[in-house]
Amino acid sequence: MRIFSLIFLFFSVGTEIVYGSAANGDGKKFNAGDFIVHHIKDAYDWHITTIGSHDISIPLPVILFSPGNGFDIFLSNRFEHGKTVVNGYRIEHNHIIAEDGRKFYDISITKNVASLFISVFILLFIFIKVARSYLLNPNKPPRGLVNALEPVLLFIRDDIAKPSIGAGYEKYLPYLMTVFFFIWINNMLGLIPIFPGGANLTGNIATTLVLALFTFIISIVVSKKYFWLHIFNPPGVPIWLKLPIPLMPVVEFMGVIIRPSVLMIRLFANILAGHIIILSFISLIFIFAAINTWLGLSVSAISIAFSVFMSFLELLVAFIQAYVFTILSAIYFGMATEVPHHNKEHH
Amino acid sequence: MDIITPAFGLVFWMVISFGIVLLILGKYAWKPILKVLKEREQSITDALEKAERAKEKLALLKTENEKLINLAKEERDMILRKAKETANEIIAEAREKSKAEGEKIRKNTIEAIRNERQAAIFELKNQVASLSIEISEKILRSELSDPSKQKSLIDNLVREAQLN
Repeated sequence: MRIFSLIFLFFSVGTEIVYGSAANGDGKKFNAGDFIVHHIKDAYDWHITTIGSHDISIPLPVILFSPGNGFDIFLSNRFEHGKTVVNGYRIEHNHIIAEDGRKFYDISITKNVASLFISVFILLFIFIKVARSYLLNPNKPPRGLVNALEPVLLFIRDDIAKPSIGAGYEKYLPYLMTVFFFIWINNMLGLIPIFPGGANLTGNIATTLVLALFTFIISIVVSKKYFWLHIFNPPGVPIWLKLPIPLMPVVEFMGVIIRPSVLMIRLFANILAGHIIILSFISLIFIFAAINTWLGLSVSAISIAFSVFMSFLELLVAFIQAYVFTILSAIYFGMATEVPHHNKEHH
Repeated sequence: MDIITPAFGLVFWMVISFGIVLLILGKYAWKPILKVLKEREQSITDALEKAERAKEKLALLKTENEKLINLAKEERDMILRKAKETANEIIAEAREKSKAEGEKIRKNTIEAIRNERQAAIFELKNQVASLSIEISEKILRSELSDPSKQKSLIDNLVREAQLN
């Protein structure tokens, strides 16, 4: 986290260059840090572009619930970028605050939530279609979309679930497949720069938190006695590491908590970093253009080449991160349901 | 909405959406897809096994066929050999028979010829006898037409008789 903060600091301090005077003359500064943070953070509207000083964005519904006042539902453009107070709520630096300081829950359809809904729709559409095509031609060679997806399905089943979980792996396949395609599709949607894509859903910690929690809860629910025995009484460890201070059990138990946390942070950080790098290359164009128009043009060639390269890399990362999340989930399920080895030999 | 603090709203919608996706896809996508994949793999394995078994069966059938063919060939040879033998036997027998028959016919013929000859000789004898009688009668008649001659004959006869 600190590294990212440093990156933001670097951009916000080092690149505050007057851009507007060279470009459109309204004196607006181009701040690469703000520009990047604006793109990677969630928002109450879906910003598409800015022409001159006019923002073009899709307003999204704001849904607020306060125990005293009930629901307040309205479109985000009613805030008028913080100039207007709506039903006692005001927007300030992309945060909604209540004027009277009352407690409320914000379940607005933000940019990320809207993107989530789009990805859910795509997922349901694709896989129900694929399932139907499987049911219609059960014993025919797959074609088209099914043919493209079948290797991935088999990969998840045979190379992720089977070796990581072992016996009884079929039970976890629906979850593993859902999580894999959910992450993959959202990673790729995040790489599309304009409307249906462009949100940073898998690079948002709330998303990865929920995914990691699902994995964590499932692994706890299915865990067997042997798993907990292993944690509270690790075999092959000298007794003084367990008594009187239960050092190893504490370490092992921390491991149980750390595993899903790492799962959460890895996906979040990887996707976020990818977005930041691409946006940084784009920012370079504006930074150099602010110094000199021709410099900006020449830098843009390099920047575009680099961001194209990075986009390809991110396309790979999109798959790899989905794979890593899925295989680690599978490994955790496998660990939780492991049975003692000597038992296996006896049977 | 800070970068490292999860926003409540997104967590809320994520739990709902992801949960719904998990349930719907689990029921209507993954379950049938995995079932079909498994069945297809099973059917492929079965088909391969069947093909292997059919191959084995075919090989077995082939050797069996060869055995049968060999057996049939042997049988054919035996039958041919036997037939030849039988034919030879029949021919030999027929030859023997015909020879015997011929011999018999020849004997009969010879016998018949002999009998015929005997009969012919007998007939000839009879005819010669009757002819000689007729001739001697005619000669006698012409000899005895003259009375002198009759007389001399009688004389002769008497003389002969006297001499005896």
